[in-house]
Amino acid sequence: MNVAAATGRLTLDAIGEIGRIANFAARGGTAWFLGPFYWRAFGGALARIGYASLPVVGLTAIFTGAALALNIYEGALFNVEAFLPQILGVSIVRELGPVLAALMVAGRCSSAMAAEIGTMRVTEQIDALSTLSVDPFKYLIAPRILATTLALPLLVLIADIIGVYGGYLVSVYALGFEPTHYVTNLVDFLSVDDVTSGLLKAAVFGFLISVMGCYYGYKSRGGAGGVGSATRTAVVAAAVSVLASNYLMTSLLVEV
Amino acid sequence: MTSTPVKVSIRKLEKAFGDNQVLRGVNLDVAKGQSLVVIGGSGTGKSVLIKCLLGLLKADEGVIEIDGVNIARQTGGDRRLMARQSGMLFQSSALFDSLNVWENVAFRLIYAEKKSRKHAREKAIDCLAQVGLAPEVGDLAPAELSGGMQKRVGLARAIASDPEILFFDEPTTGLDPIMADIINNLIVERVKALGATTISITHDMASARKIADEIAMLYQGHIIWRGKPDEVENSGNPMVDQFVHGRAEGPIQMQVRRDFVSKK
Repeated sequence: MNVAAATGRLTLDAIGEIGRIANFAARGGTAWFLGPFYWRAFGGALARIGYASLPVVGLTAIFTGAALALNIYEGALFNVEAFLPQILGVSIVRELGPVLAALMVAGRCSSAMAAEIGTMRVTEQIDALSTLSVDPFKYLIAPRILATTLALPLLVLIADIIGVYGGYLVSVYALGFEPTHYVTNLVDFLSVDDVTSGLLKAAVFGFLISVMGCYYGYKSRGGAGGVGSATRTAVVAAAVSVLASNYLMTSLLVEV
Repeated sequence: MTSTPVKVSIRKLEKAFGDNQVLRGVNLDVAKGQSLVVIGGSGTGKSVLIKCLLGLLKADEGVIEIDGVNIARQTGGDRRLMARQSGMLFQSSALFDSLNVWENVAFRLIYAEKKSRKHAREKAIDCLAQVGLAPEVGDLAPAELSGGMQKRVGLARAIASDPEILFFDEPTTGLDPIMADIINNLIVERVKALGATTISITHDMASARKIADEIAMLYQGHIIWRGKPDEVENSGNPMVDQFVHGRAEGPIQMQVRRDFVSKK
């Protein structure tokens, strides 16, 4: 087996796939602006992706904040009552809130999108949309992409608050910190940029998660096996794209 | 050909998937108000033909004219505009799981023609009545319906916007003989009421005889015979004879049989 040829073929396949995903994302993104816009489909997607993800995102945030507080306390050498809320706040707001919420939404929603759209593909429902004079990109894809891109920053904002509150509960009730010191140190240290950079990341994550879910569902073929494979690939692709884009955005946002 | 104007004209239509040349220059004319049924074995390209006509697949070569306008090269909005004058009943019914029955029937009215939901619902209930379904069925989910009822809903959806052209993809597949005959009767009755031109594909000869004004047979990517339903029994074409009488022996050798024989 020629290793160089196999590597070259894999590279070309990967570049081709990235190109197809970019083309799909551009079609889905521009469909927002070309109209008609299906508000009912958008509202349904917003409820499923945003509202229904609140419990899992909230639970993830509160346990992460609580565990983080214990870890910071364990590792601190001095003045822990001042540093703990500061480190915890920055960690949650800039990194853990956006990334963990995005991974939760990726697992929950990109799989659901891929399964739903994939099933519609293999049961000819997407063909039926076209024969009924409705563009599948405008009815199926654009509302999901827009809903996820808007919902994820809101979910992250809520996750930030709950995560910091998880740290507060542990600091005050388990470690015996003074509540006002926790809040004062947190508020004095955190900047608006910390919060907005996390929300900006969340919007990009939302876009990527929905594109992966919709793309792999839309191109699925071959019955139940094809839909299962599309679902699995969508979740992996969404999670990897969240982590990779997080590094890229962090390197752009952080002044080194 | 009679003096009735041609509604759909197909010339030298070709479509391949890689090395597999499925359509090899199909020529067909369908007169306005005529019901043409295309028969043929599995894998002969019937579904590919109908998907090319609907714009779901892009033909490699050839011309598809509807009212003299070539739609074979149309894409996007132009094609969707043309699709507004047609309706389609899918083999699997292809009802939208996420919507209830009346929303399925009224889908085009609500989402493409921007009719109010109230008006669309009234029209949907009327269409359901035309296919023998009670108004209460409108509030059910597609998953709650039997196969026959799903076909009826699919037919109601296809006729909801009073199309000029109707396409039927294997309309009786998966139904028991009685329900299949009920669906055939409904198709004949509704098509007559609409005055629509119809193109159907099927391998169910009972269905073909019932709904066709003319039958055409597709074999190896070509139309090899065309005639009236009462001529199909004595077509003089050995391939049509074999297909119509469902004989394993004859000039048509199925791929699976060839493989089996060659392995022996």
